[in-house]
Amino acid sequence: MTSTSDRRVVITGIGVIAPGGLGTKAFWELLTAGRTATRTLSFFDATPFRSRVAAEADFDPVAEGLSPQEVRRMDRAAQMAVVCTREALADSGFEVADPTRVGVSVGTAVGATMSLEEEYVVVSDGGRKWLTDHRYATPHLYDYLVPSSFAREVAWSVGAEGPATVVSTGCTSGLDSVGHARELIREGSADVMIAGATDAPISPITVACFDAIKATTARNDDPTHASRPFDNSRDGFVLGEGSAMFVLEELEHARRRGAQIYAELVGFASRSNAFHMTGLRPDGREMAEAIRVALADARLPGDAVDYINAHGSGTKQNDRHETAAFKRSLGDHAYRTPVSSIKSMIGHSLGAIGSIEIAASALAIKHGAVPPTANLHERDPECDLDYVPLTAREQQTDVVLSVGSGFGGFQSAMLLARVA
Amino acid sequence: MTTVVTGVGVAAPNGLGRDAFWAATVAGVGGIGPISRFDPSGYPAQLAGEVPGYEAADHIPSRLMAQTDHMTRLSLTAAQWALADASVDPSALPEFGMGVVTASASGGFEFGHRELEKLWSKGSEHVSAYQSFAWFYAVNTGQISIRHGMRGPTGVLVTEQAGGLDAVAQARRQVRKGVQLVMTGGVDASLCPWGWTAQLANGLLSTGRDPATAFLPFDANASGYVPGEGGAILVLEDELAAARRGAAVYGVIAGYGATFDPRPGSGRPPGLRRAAEMAVSDAGLTPADIDVVFADGAGVAELDRVEAEAITAVFGPRGVAVTVPKTMTGRLYSGGAALDLVSALLSIRHGVIPPTTNIRQPAEGLHLDLVRDVARETPVRAALVLARGYGGFNAAMVVTDERNGR
Repeated sequence: MTSTSDRRVVITGIGVIAPGGLGTKAFWELLTAGRTATRTLSFFDATPFRSRVAAEADFDPVAEGLSPQEVRRMDRAAQMAVVCTREALADSGFEVADPTRVGVSVGTAVGATMSLEEEYVVVSDGGRKWLTDHRYATPHLYDYLVPSSFAREVAWSVGAEGPATVVSTGCTSGLDSVGHARELIREGSADVMIAGATDAPISPITVACFDAIKATTARNDDPTHASRPFDNSRDGFVLGEGSAMFVLEELEHARRRGAQIYAELVGFASRSNAFHMTGLRPDGREMAEAIRVALADARLPGDAVDYINAHGSGTKQNDRHETAAFKRSLGDHAYRTPVSSIKSMIGHSLGAIGSIEIAASALAIKHGAVPPTANLHERDPECDLDYVPLTAREQQTDVVLSVGSGFGGFQSAMLLARVA
Repeated sequence: MTTVVTGVGVAAPNGLGRDAFWAATVAGVGGIGPISRFDPSGYPAQLAGEVPGYEAADHIPSRLMAQTDHMTRLSLTAAQWALADASVDPSALPEFGMGVVTASASGGFEFGHRELEKLWSKGSEHVSAYQSFAWFYAVNTGQISIRHGMRGPTGVLVTEQAGGLDAVAQARRQVRKGVQLVMTGGVDASLCPWGWTAQLANGLLSTGRDPATAFLPFDANASGYVPGEGGAILVLEDELAAARRGAAVYGVIAGYGATFDPRPGSGRPPGLRRAAEMAVSDAGLTPADIDVVFADGAGVAELDRVEAEAITAVFGPRGVAVTVPKTMTGRLYSGGAALDLVSALLSIRHGVIPPTTNIRQPAEGLHLDLVRDVARETPVRAALVLARGYGGFNAAMVVTDERNGR
């Protein structure tokens, strides 16, 4: 594994499942129209819960072509990852020639939490039995216990035999899994990586745990306007679900086969705040450090950044923390750079969202437009950057910074650039 | 750049702490027994490797007790011991120069079980404010980084039982990129009824009732594995940085390879052999340089055969000493391979290969030089550790003494 950091890594295929639209085309249309896909939670009766808003994807695995046995075997998050993988492969036109040179990296924050809870309810008889009854469990329960099964499903769907892994760093999983895949191509461990992330967390236990710390919105009477990043009236994030998967290739590998290239992954870094499992220090120091290191990795100056795809979760502390991090790392250029949060439209799908935001960033480069921040009417006075309120903006976009922040104190930064 | 191990912390079913673990492991003393943490009598499998004598309150600050699962407490304890073993004071090192990369298989499952029970039996308002992070796969990395002020690169990898090696490989990448120190490894535990129910679903658990015969990798009577809890945390540093501060070095993380098995029915060969060859080659060695293989040791006849064939394909029939100290601990999920890595480093340090215990009748046709019953005293300069994760994950890592690593 010698140093081969001159190897460049590009995105040649994208697959997306997000609230409000299945497929990359519908996803981009939703974002550029500034439409919101948040709604009253419908997956279960949420009456007893504090937050009853969710960003649900209208995803039907059978309609998307999964076989009955695949549907039974896989948690919803795995199903979405596999369907996105198929779209990304078709989009890229890549066909596996040497399986040993193709790897897999799938991010997820909470794994098969939806299937696990459904199974728990049965084997515990609705929470009555501490000694859960194994005789009532599905034979696929072990695949739900270990989310590494997601990487297996993606590897099987592609026929990949290179390095395969699940990356699970909470809400930065979707940036970190792609960062990991980039690293494996750069070091020469693979020429192609099927990488991305998936999460389907809209289940009672997840809603309850965010209720307990008031991280999610209580704007239950106005669900379509409940995700309000950077707005003065924001009161927490909207729990979402979804997936984005990519075909990542070494640049020359992509060029040899004449592949379309969305963007190059030019820089990546992750840092930790070592402060609190859920709290953020207002100064944004560690995220700023991640951005600084990612810029150095990309050999780009801060003022090369044309657009920042923000974490923008819509919690009080996050949006201020992040604003401070942009100023700290980019200086005055932060004030001149459009910043937006697509979570305003599709909610926060935990580990998946980082990859969905990378997809939005790559599409911004391809289409020369940046998505807006929906529902932003009155800025928080402490959030004083250009957050692209309400309406998408057409602009030549060559370099995008996409950041994520998550429980555990994790801060990640990814830089994408147009390939000339 | 050479990445060395300068500290280890161990919480294993046959010994809490490095020295207790190694003494038991060399002596062939196992830690598998009937489950004590809950009543297992209603389940077909009833044996596990539980970490003995661990009083969490002796090791974990009280403010952390309410917010941590058992596996996080074990990992925090192992991490603290690893730092002490390495004689590192994290507060004296640059905060962005220290990273944490751990493996996880199933997260803080016992914590999650309690909260699910509260939710479904009492209502959502009873769910702990800590549930949002106490059970998730990233919790050990987060808690270790917070406790020791480590603000450098972080990571969490999930490849079931292969994770221990994959995390260490990721940590080595960070050291090679200039991070001064990285805490890595894996610690897992899901010995609660809900975790047990989920583990039973893979159909690979041994239903044996006798700790001496329940888990028999490479034996004709192999009938599944016994799960355990615990694992190991290691301190990785760049060799020159370690030398500058005069640190004692266990050995070098010299080589690594990872592959994924072909999908069933493809007719293509399994990937373990390729991972092993990649690791040996990455270390700049040839198979003849490897003194011992710490095998994955599934304890399932078909999986044992696949592994034995991979080993003989690389080293020839009976071409290298092979051992599975897991017979004394059970399989520890993300902790298993991390613990084997520690055993490999201690083999190098002490010139002794720990035994594979309990094997009475080696399975026919496997052609392995299995180190059985008693430890084998012999110089060890390079060891290969193999690990496989459920579903097709293969990982291999070579550790060497300092001389070989150069």
